[in-house]
Amino acid sequence: MVKFNSVFDVIGPVMVGPSSSHTAGAVRIAKIARDLFHQPMTWATIYLYGSFAKTYKGHGTDLALIGGLLGFDTNDTRMRQADELAEEKGLKVSFLEDSAATDHPNTVRMQVGNEKESMELVGISIGGGKVEIKELNGFMLQLSGNHPAILVTHNDRAGAIASVAQILAKYKVNIAHMEVNRKDLGKEALMIIETDQNMDEIMMRELKDTPYINQVSKIVT
Amino acid sequence: MNFRTVEELLQITKDEEISISEVMIRREMDVKDRTYEEVYEEMENNLTVMEEAIERGINGVESVTGLTGGDAVKVQEYMKNQTPLAGHTVLDAASKAMATNEVNAAMGVICATPTAGSAGCVPGVLFAVKEQLQPTREEMVRFLFTSGAFGFVVANNAMISGAAGGCQAEVGSAGAMASAAVVEMAGGTPEQSAEAFAMTLKNMLGLVCDPVAGLVEVPCVKRNAGGSSLAVVSADLALAGVTSRIPCDEVIGAMYKIGQTMPVELRETGEGGLADTPTGRFMRDKIFGTA
Repeated sequence: MVKFNSVFDVIGPVMVGPSSSHTAGAVRIAKIARDLFHQPMTWATIYLYGSFAKTYKGHGTDLALIGGLLGFDTNDTRMRQADELAEEKGLKVSFLEDSAATDHPNTVRMQVGNEKESMELVGISIGGGKVEIKELNGFMLQLSGNHPAILVTHNDRAGAIASVAQILAKYKVNIAHMEVNRKDLGKEALMIIETDQNMDEIMMRELKDTPYINQVSKIVT
Repeated sequence: MNFRTVEELLQITKDEEISISEVMIRREMDVKDRTYEEVYEEMENNLTVMEEAIERGINGVESVTGLTGGDAVKVQEYMKNQTPLAGHTVLDAASKAMATNEVNAAMGVICATPTAGSAGCVPGVLFAVKEQLQPTREEMVRFLFTSGAFGFVVANNAMISGAAGGCQAEVGSAGAMASAAVVEMAGGTPEQSAEAFAMTLKNMLGLVCDPVAGLVEVPCVKRNAGGSSLAVVSADLALAGVTSRIPCDEVIGAMYKIGQTMPVELRETGEGGLADTPTGRFMRDKIFGTA
């Protein structure tokens, strides 16, 4: 699949300035983190690399990442006050510049959580506001956030994938792209399923109740 | 309907006897399973955002740092009082491009084309030629699809971010996209659009991304003025029958290779070029209070 698959990846997004990769892209990565965590968030520790680390203050990348965590779209004019709004909502965010070399110049590692749970995600901003998620809780993956998607953490057992596919078929959800990663044979694994349609809650609940399935989260577009 | 290169894009326009904008619209409908109305409406919304940003910018804005803002106003005032040496259209394009980027620097709402730092070129040219060419609203929307078709090829075969490939990938691509689109609007052929695109990008090859303090302000606002004026000139060259000796896709390939070998200091890190001049460093220290 091509990296940029729509004319609106090139003419768009409509966004608050000043940088599509450092501002709009940052909003999108953080918004995916929010969608995937999908529960109240009280803290976020954000590591910035490369050009992100060097220029984030000037580009408002920090405000954009906070805005994304608050669920803002790229064109939300509250972006300039995102830090104050986060404080009001009880979300504590800290930024750390990391000089480690990364494959892509605009890389961010986000650890988000609350008292009980946490999640870690690595995203890159590839230009024009387009982003990719490269890592989730230690799993390598490839996720654009352009399509609706579900991420399923499951035990690496025969039949786990088939049972998920069956449920999707039952709800007439077509799979556009699918990827499975596991840390070790027979241990925990991650399914990333990009679909053509958004998934409803009933289907999500059914997925969660399926044997060998530990966790299900989704990205809505 | 799909294309990966400018050559393939031109072949479709020949085979189907349709314009570049039409190819882009049909591809979007095919690949995204959307109706003509849906695709058209989304692009028209982008056009409205561009129009509003220009309107705001030519009335005067100032960025948070105070580094940029107010130059679009100056140029508009100048044009009211004198006949610009570069001609009305070129200077109008430059000022409207600056207006857009001044709004962007002020954290205002803009439409990335293809990026925010280069968002001025396409709308700057479009709203400048509007007076002379008197396009319909639909033709203005099509201008954006034609721009998008070329930007789509660049994004998938090279890069459109300054961090990946320098300013040539941003303002270079944006100016070239605007050239191609204005050729179609002026009644040129798809081949002439490709020639105009190639000629603008050729003149932008090697351009580094060296923003002072890492901010999308200096020199980005004025680079958009440069990119948009060059876009109009290249369009005229192409309409006059001038062709690029190096084919369009190969120019894009050259841009990609140059971008890959560009030092990291010159790829949106704010460490080299204009950012690393005495004045550039002084501005940075003043803004971030590190002096």
